[in-house]
This record gives sequence, structure tokens and C-alpha cells, in this order.
Amino acid sequence: MENIALIDWSRAQFALTAIYHWFFVPLTLGLSFIVAIMESIYVKTGNVVWKEITKFWMTLFAINFAIGLATGIIMEFEFGTNWSNYSWIVGDIFGAPLAIEGIMAFFMESTFFAVMFFGWDKVSKEMHLFSTWLVAIGSNLSALWILVANGWMQNPIGMVFNPDTARFEMNSFFDVLFNPNAYSKFLHTIGSGYVMGSLFVVGISAWYLLKNKDVVKAKKSIVVGATFGLITSIFLIFTGDESAHEVALNQPSKLAAMEGLYDGHRDVGIVAIGMLNPEKQIGDKKEPFVFEITVPHALSLLGFHDTDAYVPGINQLIYGDPKEGIEPASDKIEKGKIAISALKEYKEAKKADDNATAQKSLVEFRANEKYFGYGYLKDAKDIIPPVALTFYSFHLMVGLGTWFLALFFFVLYFAMVGKLDKQKLILRLAVLSIPLGYLAGEMGWIVAEVGRQPWAIFEMLPVGMATSQLSVIAVQTTFWLFAVTFTALLIAEIKIMITQIKNGMEEH
Amino acid sequence: MFESLSLLTLQQYWWFILSLLGGLFTFMMFIQGGQTLLNTLAKTETEKNIIIASLGRKWELTFTNLVLFGGIIFAAFPLLYSVSFGGAYYVWMAILFCFVIQAISYEYRKKANNFLGQKTYETFLFINGSLGVILLGVAIATFFTGANFVKTDTNLSSWTNHTYGLEAVLNPFNVLFGFVVFFLARSQASLYFINNISEESIVQRARKQLRIDAVIFTLLFLVLTGMLLMMSGVEYHKEMFSMVKYKFLNNLIETPLILVVLLVGVASVLYAFVIAIRKNATNGIWFSGVGTVLTVLALFSLLGYNHTAIYPSLADINSSLTIENGSGSHYTLTAMSYVSLFVPFVLGYIYLVWKSMDKEKITSGEIESDNHHY
Repeated sequence: MENIALIDWSRAQFALTAIYHWFFVPLTLGLSFIVAIMESIYVKTGNVVWKEITKFWMTLFAINFAIGLATGIIMEFEFGTNWSNYSWIVGDIFGAPLAIEGIMAFFMESTFFAVMFFGWDKVSKEMHLFSTWLVAIGSNLSALWILVANGWMQNPIGMVFNPDTARFEMNSFFDVLFNPNAYSKFLHTIGSGYVMGSLFVVGISAWYLLKNKDVVKAKKSIVVGATFGLITSIFLIFTGDESAHEVALNQPSKLAAMEGLYDGHRDVGIVAIGMLNPEKQIGDKKEPFVFEITVPHALSLLGFHDTDAYVPGINQLIYGDPKEGIEPASDKIEKGKIAISALKEYKEAKKADDNATAQKSLVEFRANEKYFGYGYLKDAKDIIPPVALTFYSFHLMVGLGTWFLALFFFVLYFAMVGKLDKQKLILRLAVLSIPLGYLAGEMGWIVAEVGRQPWAIFEMLPVGMATSQLSVIAVQTTFWLFAVTFTALLIAEIKIMITQIKNGMEEH
Repeated sequence: MFESLSLLTLQQYWWFILSLLGGLFTFMMFIQGGQTLLNTLAKTETEKNIIIASLGRKWELTFTNLVLFGGIIFAAFPLLYSVSFGGAYYVWMAILFCFVIQAISYEYRKKANNFLGQKTYETFLFINGSLGVILLGVAIATFFTGANFVKTDTNLSSWTNHTYGLEAVLNPFNVLFGFVVFFLARSQASLYFINNISEESIVQRARKQLRIDAVIFTLLFLVLTGMLLMMSGVEYHKEMFSMVKYKFLNNLIETPLILVVLLVGVASVLYAFVIAIRKNATNGIWFSGVGTVLTVLALFSLLGYNHTAIYPSLADINSSLTIENGSGSHYTLTAMSYVSLFVPFVLGYIYLVWKSMDKEKITSGEIESDNHHY
């Protein structure tokens, strides 16, 4: 029987871990490349100023890297500790990318990380540079495998349900690996990491310029940061578009929540800015927005590459739309229940060596297999994720991403014309944009994961079926243990980081 | 290549890989052992910094090994992953906590304005090296002694008690297993310092400490082995499970290869102790390392092969897990087997990198002149 409190606390613990983990990972992804670029300039020019710059940013990278590891280890094991049903039902597919990540990426990162930090006088200049690049590549490879796993949760392909083992089993590794959803997510995620790394370098360098401290190094750093940021911001926009296109194709309920779209139709626009009506409930006639500014045609165009494309809304997804071939969710739930019951009969018949009944049950199961996960839902309305959280997170993320592009452009322009130190407002905005970068990244993950609800595996396995059979108190205990621990470590990280920055760019 | 192998062969292959990884992980736990010796072997701040530097350049490999160990169980034996992690909840969570606090301690320990203070981070390292290691040993020992779980026809599991793994620390075999791993880690840490550090005062203290830890380890290991060989285990044939007396002793007798691997492994570890204590040798860590890997490989082989349950259920013997009923599918194990071909390549570059990084032993001069040290 479903234990709502257990599900919610398990969700809360995973969300806590993921949110904390994502405070640190983007900087690792982005700063590792920026540091590698800086060291490349040092090796090419032989200018020791670039070596000092590299070492400074590398120190900040290490402080961040350590806490990223600390929060990351929990995530892998939480699939077992808190989501043990999930681990069995989809472990045959989901476990592989995690194991491959360990073999192909983690060892590369951890081995060459040591050379990067302690090998300055132990290996040649070229070998050191090679190691720095390998740390960057290793951390990005790690993201690749994680996002292959996550992409599969959003768009499960390359598998078949085995009624004998009662789990999904992989039948095409390459379908899982080259899942279009995984690639759009991977590129968009690393893109956000590159932008975060750039914001960090630009923001801190801007602070030095405002304080008139380490001006030469700060100017050199800001040019690298803003150039990398400008290029990767454009990359981020393109990959974001592709990511949203994949959502439109595979996760219509998430798209409807992202846009607050209750009534779908053809030729739908995008809400550029809007405020949701807090009194709006699914199924009522109230207006969904208090106000909104819409860009006509845009959602159909961006989502389906056709201005006249049909986009289903929340109401169509719940109540169905026969004209567009959309089944009511209640029908899917009924079929899901038939599948669950047929699977049970199949298992019992197999146990009793009753092959005729087993075959009959199997045929019935296969006919309704597609809806298996729906059978565990109680209400048709459950198929819609929390609208307000998904909508505001999405729009805030997009708005901030646009601002970052403008910021990098202005910083680079003024740096090129030699007037950056006089642009106090731009420099202050650059400093303020560091936390905004973190906010945008977190919002992105909220869109991806809250928007996936109520599913652990989209349309296959609801979150409620995926948890371990634990007591609520056990999960509450560990939730608070890790909440306190991670908060303390975050405070430590921020204090150390600020002190290092205040000390200046010398002697690192 | 792997496609033509039977499912059973693939299951055995992956149990072997897991065992090998378990052996490498146990070897690499000299890092944890070293963390518990920080205040014993170092009498000055510089000596402490030398020990931290010596460990700090390798701690991530052990950490990565743990992550990979978890990943391999998840991918190759998802039912073991699901049942053990989801059931022995408090133990695994406590282990994870011990590793979380390790991950930041090297980097933050000496940093200015580090919020918690140097002592706290050193305490974190001690907790990781002691409680973390002992609990890991306890958790792994439950694979031999079992746990109170049941699984349904659809392989979903639940525990029949509400202590969620806490009961594992009341089992003498589990606790003994934890302490054996702990004293092995400390013994290997001393062997490692003797090999990696040139500071004579530390090396002398490490040799002295090795005499104590090696003796305790050897005694505890003998008792543990005796208990293991006297223990009953769950045997299965197809889907029939039964409790068999002296199951692990039988396994050892029936598979002489495992006996040979075990004997060579134990002899190699003991040889490492003897040459380091009696002959002042510095290369003991390599003998001990190879010996540890072989010994763990043999112990895991006793557990996983010869129709033995890898995780016996104390609540319902028919719910016990084996490499056959708990593994991934033929397809996934095949795909993963191709990935496993990368492992020698990974081990190769780790070896080459560390050869170049460790060609000179760590000295106090290096630590005092290096700006970026832990």
C-alpha cells in the first residue's frame, strides 16, 4: 500500500541531495575547461602571469570539486537505499550507465586531478596540461553517463518488460546510449555548467576590478571568462531549444505545465511573461493567467517545428481529445489495472504450472503493457506535475539565460574597447549574476524533475511504486542528518572561497 | 564475443569482477587506515602535513573505487543492490555519511576561515577511517550472515524488522569482520607510509605501529576464518534453498583453486608484515596489496560460487539472493562485459601516472615549499 508520507520524505531527501549536488557540479564542469584554456595559454606563451592565473582559479576549482564529490556519492547510493523497488524494476537498464561512468569517467577525473594539483614540479609542462584537460574531459564524460541515465528516465527506450522477472530489461544498449532526449539534456546541462563557470570567473574578476586589486590578472581572466561565456550562452540557447523540442515530443504533460497550458489547440504561442491565476484548478472554467504576454505561434513552432502544430493542454491530457487521438487518462488507468492484474495471474499460473492460463494472461498483459504504470495511479489528474513550480522555474531559467548572454556580450565589448574598468554598473551586475547562475541551474533541474512527476520513469513507473519499504522516521532521520551536514559544508565552502578570493590572486 | 556465453557464465564473470573490485577497494583502504594513524605517527605539524599529503594525493581513488563498487552491484546484481541498500538502511547511510565528511576534509582542513576548524576536519578523517571502515566490513559481512528480508513474486523486497540494518552490528561475525578490515587498513597504511615517505621519524613510528596492528589483524583474521569455515550457509539448486552446515568449508574443499588463492593471498600479506618488521623492507605494501586482493577474491568466491546464496534471508530462506536470481539480464551483462575490457586500460594509466608522481618519496622540504598542499 502506498505510504504518502514515505514517498514525500523519500522525494524530499533525493531533492535535497540533488539540489545541493547541483550547487557544485556546474562550476566543476565549466571551470575545469576555463582553467584548461588558461593553462594552455600559459604553455603556449610561456608567460608566468598566466600560470599564476591558472593556479588561482585551480584553487577555487579544488574547493568546489571536493564538496561536489561529497554530495555526489549519496546520489548514486540513494537509488538503492531509498528507491529499492526502482533499483530492481529498472536496474537492468539504469545501473549500466552509472557503472560505466565509474569505469570511464571517475577514474580519469580522480587520477589526473592529483597530477593537476600536485604535479606542477613532478611532470613535464605538457603532461601537466594534458592532465588538466583530462580532468575537464573526465568531469564532462561523467555528466554524459549520468544524463544518459536521466534521459532514459524522461524518455524510456531500448527496453522490454520481462514478466518472469517483473522488471524492464535492456534490449538495445545503443538506443539507450543515443537516446535523443539524453543528448539534448547532456548538451544543455554541460552548456549550463560552462555558463556558470564563466559567470563565476567574470563575476569574481569584476569584483577585483571594482576593488582595483590584481587588475592585470583580473582583466585577462575576464576576457577568457566572457568569451567562453558568450559562446556557451549561444550554445545553451540552441541546446535549450532542442531540449524543449524533445519534451514536446515525449513529455506533453511536462510541456503543458511549463507553459501553464490548460486548453490545447493548434498554433499555440509561448507565454513570454505571465502570472498564473492562483485560484485556477484543473477542470474549472477560470482563466489560467492573471496576466500574460504571449509570443504568437512560438510554442507550436519551437515545440514541433510547425506554426500550425497541435499542442495538447492539461485538460486534453486528462480528459482526452478524440479529434487529436488523445485517450483520456482514466482509460489509461483502467488499462493499466488490467495489465497489473494480468501480470499477477500470469505469475500465479506459472507457479502452478498452468501454462494455458499463463499464456492467456500474458497475451492480455502484452495488450495493455503500455499502460502498466498508469495502473498504479489513483486519479486521472495525478498525471499532471505541479504547474506553478514548473511554470515559474522554466520562465525564470529562460529569463536568466537571456540576461547572461547580454551580460557576457557587454563585458566582452567593453573589455575589447578598453573601457571595462569604468563600467561600474556592468561590473556590479556581473558580481550579482554569480548567484543568479546558480539559481538558473537549479530552476532547470526543477523543470526537468518536478515536470517529470508523477513518474519516476516517464509513463512507465510512478514514483509511488519506486520507494524502499522503510519507515518514515528512518527517512526523516537521514534527511535531517544530511540537511544539517550539507548546510554546514556549504557554509564552510563559501567562507573558504570568499577568504581565498579576498586574499587575491597571488601565491596559489 | 560475450554474446555466446551463457547467462550463468556471465553471472560468474561479473561476480569475479565485483570480487576483484572488492579486493582492490580493500587494498586502497590503506588511505582510511592512515587517517586513523595521523595523531599516532605525526608528532609535529610538519609531520602531520606530510602524512596528509601522502594520503591526500590518493584518497580520491579509494572514494572512486567505492562509487564503482556500488555501480557494479547496481548494474550487474540489481536485486542485491535493491535488497541490501534498501533494507540495511541505517548502516549504509552511516557509511555514506562517513565518506561525505571525508571528501571535503583534505581540501578544507588547512584552509583559512574553514568554519569548522582543523581539528574537526581531522576528526572527520578519523571517523571515516574507523567507523566508516568498520561499518563497511559489517555491511559486507551481512552477505555471509544474511538479513531479515522477504521478497515477493515480483522481486520487490521488504524487511521483517524495523531496525533497518542496525541489528547487523549485534552479530559477532559481522562486527569481527569490520574490525579485521579496520586493522588490515591500519597495517597497510603503515606499509604504505614506509614506502611513500622519506621522513625517518615517521617511518620508524610506522614500523613500530605495524607490529601492533599486524599482530591484532592476524589474530582476528584467524578467528574470523575459523568462524567462517564453521558457519552454515544457504545452498540452492534451481529454486530450492536449504541451510547447509559448514557450507563455506565445503566450498573451500570442493574448489581447490579458491583454497590456493586464499593461501597465497594470506601468505603474501603475512610475508609483507615480516619483511617490513624484520628486514626493514620498504616494498611490503606491494606484497600486502596483492595478498589483500587475492584474499578478498577468495572470500567473495566462497560466497558467490558453488550454489551459494550471496545474501541469505533469515526471514524466509526461499527469498535468499544468489548470483543467478539477483543478476542483470543476459543482454545487459553482455553489454557491460564489453565495457569491462576498459578496466585494464584504466588500471594501466593509474599505474603510469602514479609511477611518475611517486618516483621520489615525500619529504618535509617538499611540503614546506609547496604552495598547494593539503
